[in-house]
Amino acid sequence: MIDRRLLSLRLGMLAAATALGPMQMAPANADDDPWPQIAAAAFGKRPLADGAGLLELEMPARAEDAAVVPVTMRTTLPKGDARTLRSITLVIDDNPSPVAATFKVGAGVTMISTRVRVNSYTNVHAVAELSDGQLYVIATYIKASGGCSAPMTSSAEGETPLGQMRFRQFAMPTAASATTRREAQIMIRHANNSGLQRDQVSLLYIPLFIVRELRVWQGDQLVLEMDGGISISENPNIRFSYMPNGASTFRAEAQDTEGHVFKDEWPVEAM
Amino acid sequence: MVGFLLFRSVTLTYPQDRLTPLAVDQVAPGVYVHTGVIALMTAANEGAIANLGFVIGGDGVAVVDTGGSVREGRRLLAAIREITDKPIRYVVNTHGHPDHVFGNAAFGPPTIFVGHHNLPRSLAERGPYYLKSFRPSMGSLLDDVKIVPPTLTVADQMKLDLGHRPLVLQAWRTSHSDTDLTVLDKASGTLFAGDLVFVRHIPVLDGSIRGWLKTIDDLAKIPAQRVIPGHGPAPSPWPGALNDERSYLQRLESDCSDLIKRGVPLAKAAQIAGTSEKSHWELFEDYNARNATAAYSELEWQ
Repeated sequence: MIDRRLLSLRLGMLAAATALGPMQMAPANADDDPWPQIAAAAFGKRPLADGAGLLELEMPARAEDAAVVPVTMRTTLPKGDARTLRSITLVIDDNPSPVAATFKVGAGVTMISTRVRVNSYTNVHAVAELSDGQLYVIATYIKASGGCSAPMTSSAEGETPLGQMRFRQFAMPTAASATTRREAQIMIRHANNSGLQRDQVSLLYIPLFIVRELRVWQGDQLVLEMDGGISISENPNIRFSYMPNGASTFRAEAQDTEGHVFKDEWPVEAM
Repeated sequence: MVGFLLFRSVTLTYPQDRLTPLAVDQVAPGVYVHTGVIALMTAANEGAIANLGFVIGGDGVAVVDTGGSVREGRRLLAAIREITDKPIRYVVNTHGHPDHVFGNAAFGPPTIFVGHHNLPRSLAERGPYYLKSFRPSMGSLLDDVKIVPPTLTVADQMKLDLGHRPLVLQAWRTSHSDTDLTVLDKASGTLFAGDLVFVRHIPVLDGSIRGWLKTIDDLAKIPAQRVIPGHGPAPSPWPGALNDERSYLQRLESDCSDLIKRGVPLAKAAQIAGTSEKSHWELFEDYNARNATAAYSELEWQ
């Protein structure tokens, strides 16, 4: 996949990306900008149109915790624009594996929010494919560092078992009816080891161990499919908007890089 | 000529042979403390932001935490040597954060290093990361820092005897961090609480907010006369020193739980949770949103 190709290509970046805290890293000059190469590897020769006015990409200007950086992507199509979202690819340019994830979405999804690791001061791109078959790109810049190689969360007692899923459905602020968009959140308990953290005893890197694929269905309809990379934070957590389709259940299935398959199912809650 | 001048200025910057002993106060008979500045670690403050101390017993000394650089550790050693020539039997690390352990290399054999049973793992896992990530703010002060893990570890409770002077070491559940250890000097009733207790310096969460709140209740039962917090005025009154910290962590927990319940996303919650506590703390802007991020991520799974 794209991630793996880029992983080997970009591991060398890790050595350079070590700053944490107040030290400013000079912005990359044009020659160092990795984006053209990433775009070519991920999207081939497909043109990337400016997504301004069609897409939004929200991240804090400075990360509070580089291992858990919230990011929200949404479409902001003008009223009357009939196009819909097909997929969004999130790229953290200077991460060791820049393609954080690709989300394919079902009908009615206009917003996806998740949490990522950010390894250095970097540009972040979101590339959306709309129903017109075109790709649109939007970018932002974030100050963060060390997120990919940051040690995992402290060992807390009574840990939730690997692969446990939680699903939340949110009541929308305005009175929701069967035809208005809602939001839901899928959480999965997983270390999501980036492969860049060191093992304490062997001093070797802890092998890559991540949630590779995650799918969520509303009844029989696929709502969300994530093809995830190493930049997705520990305990992957995705919030998304969707259009209720009258189904009585949501179900989810995830697979990690060791071949574990996790499944669960939840009734649709009346809002 | 220019080269010569540069060389001179460099050698004058770090006069290894003229280390000023760290300023220490005697807080009880045989118990000495250096009070760190309330700040982030920088080259300018030599990483000397944590409270450090030592206890002198009948036939030896125990050091509690060694500071944020080897230079600070050496200055602590110089301060000890101005007061006593008894051997330094133990260095106890109250947890694994850089401002408490980066001075370890100033203390050589036969000193025994003591810590929480999780500390060897934690230091091995995080040590190289800490050395890299503090390089920009600490610069060449990190050159001689070595990650020195404990060889004597505490799973629950352990007594060390300095010669008619017992110290009680207690390892705690994941709280401020997953390597928290307290040291109680029975003779004087002085509790070295490490970063389980913050006074004036905003508490920093790198473990478990629920665990920490439980631990605060347990700590309050320790019959001590005074506490040496990890950061803030030392000594501080006991158990009154816990009050502000408990209020802050309870507020953070209830805010985060409420925001999670109401479906407020992490990004927004991190900007809101705990902010009503701001007036009680220094460095609030540096740590509160980060604490809120950690607390929210933990409580989401409750």
